[in-house]
Amino acid sequence: MIQAIIIDDEPLARLIIQEYLQAYPQIKVAQECSDGFEGLKAIQQHKPDLIFLDIQMPKINGFEMLELIEEPPAVIFTTAFDEYAIRAFESHAVDYLLKPFNKQRFDKAVQKWLDQRAADADPASPSNPNTQALLDTVAASPSQSRRIVVKTGGKIKIIPVEDVHYLEASDDYVKIHTKNGVFLKNKTMGYFEQTLDPAQFVRTHRSYILNIQQVTRIDPYEKDSHLCLLQSGARVPVSKSGYTKLKGVLGL
Amino acid sequence: MARSPLSIGKFLLAFVSWWMIWSLLQTILLTNFGLDLKTAMADSIVTNAILALACGFVSNNLQYYLPKKDRYWYILFLSLSLSALVVLACKWILVPALGSMSPGYAAFFSRSWLVRFDNVFLQVGCMAILSVLWYSSEEEQQNMQRKTDAERLSREAELFKLRQQLAPHFLFNSLNSISALIGSRPEQARKMIQQLSDFLRGNLKKEEQQWVPLAEELQYLQLYLDIEKVRFGHRLSAEIDHDEDSMALRLPPMLLQPIVENAIKFGLYDTTDDVTITIRARAEGNYAVISVQNPFDPETSRPKQGTGFGLSSIQRRLYLLFARSDLLTTSVENTNQFITIVKIPQ
Repeated sequence: MIQAIIIDDEPLARLIIQEYLQAYPQIKVAQECSDGFEGLKAIQQHKPDLIFLDIQMPKINGFEMLELIEEPPAVIFTTAFDEYAIRAFESHAVDYLLKPFNKQRFDKAVQKWLDQRAADADPASPSNPNTQALLDTVAASPSQSRRIVVKTGGKIKIIPVEDVHYLEASDDYVKIHTKNGVFLKNKTMGYFEQTLDPAQFVRTHRSYILNIQQVTRIDPYEKDSHLCLLQSGARVPVSKSGYTKLKGVLGL
Repeated sequence: MARSPLSIGKFLLAFVSWWMIWSLLQTILLTNFGLDLKTAMADSIVTNAILALACGFVSNNLQYYLPKKDRYWYILFLSLSLSALVVLACKWILVPALGSMSPGYAAFFSRSWLVRFDNVFLQVGCMAILSVLWYSSEEEQQNMQRKTDAERLSREAELFKLRQQLAPHFLFNSLNSISALIGSRPEQARKMIQQLSDFLRGNLKKEEQQWVPLAEELQYLQLYLDIEKVRFGHRLSAEIDHDEDSMALRLPPMLLQPIVENAIKFGLYDTTDDVTITIRARAEGNYAVISVQNPFDPETSRPKQGTGFGLSSIQRRLYLLFARSDLLTTSVENTNQFITIVKIPQ
């Protein structure tokens, strides 16, 4: 039996997927969810093989929800209109349905996934390798770079980028220092350097990215390097090349 | 190119009459100085005819070349040389022609040339100054006209653009809802198609110039909210209330819709609980006052200072329409209620 979950904030949009799925007795809808929080919980609980995911949803959108899942299931996106996401879908070959979609189009998407699944030698890893590339592309879109969604102690936290003081590399994670504490996210420094607004965030060091709104003072430190004092009182190292970048952004 | 004043009928008439009166006065003056009537008349007609030609020339010349502020010496130079030419022309024509008729005329002319020159210079000079003033003001007026035309055009274009922001999300999601209803509740699907059509028709036909009665606008918003209710089911409830005397108030079309869209965007699309959107309209002095209240999620979207959320385009439109930036105000109540108030001068 294939487990599926439908995540969409509009009841009628869920209804039509349910209706189309009636032609597939082997697929069972484990749960319907109306937002990303619910979706996340349901995915952790049911470990579905396939999810139908809307992008525009309250609180956290479909992409942000996927980011929080360690091993995302196969995803068929459903969206009404999102130029940026559609471009991302096309370049990363994840199937997507543009609303409104008809039964034929729906069948094509489901059949494609069923074929892929049948061809897959190792059914234990249903995770689509393209999902990660897709998320990285989408994360760079302007609407995505205004906040960071993290999971902390089983809860979801949405951090507006203005609240971020600085980012610090920490093994496989990035520590996000904010006014409300420190959060961890399973991403690379390069990812944040790419997605955050370069006019507001500068990578001053291999392991540090800082919010220039926070800068109060830059002092010379050891040979060729500086130390930046932030409003929060934290001190962030600035390398030689980082100092050049920082001066450029601050217009010095 | 500015029009010459002499191309306008009544100015030309004034110009001609002016020279006739002047000729008459000069004739009287000359007879007082002892010339016989016939000579005096011939003298003044010829002098004033030449002078009139010179003035016409000045006016015409300045039409094509209007000196800027630092080149006013050009006017002086023009007037002086023209006056000299006029007096010389009078001498060449009058002295040989009238000298034979009245013996003392040549001597009289050489005694009076300085007075003649003064008179001619005065008139040509006045004509030049008047022409400069005339053409300057004409040019100024044309510039103003061009400027207001350009401003009007860009304003219209901007207003058009601001009105044209129909959210594609809304349209496609509504169509998707209809698609879902067709299978299970075809009657309701048909009703929704009707609502959506009415809504789109209303969106298309509205012209900026024609203000609409509040009653009509509220009906339109009701339609919009009804469509959203089909999409989101029981989650959305909407209250629209108004006092009786506010129904006749008028407002620019498509002004309230983006405000309500904004309320829906933050109140409905970005929250997970049941929401109530409240629209209240009342008459207050010379204003139609409409308030829209929606809940929002303080965790995911925080209203910024000032206009907050996505209301800057409405602020801009109000400024273009009324040249005021105090007509749209927003506030936050009970930490999660966002209130937008718009005042429309009547």
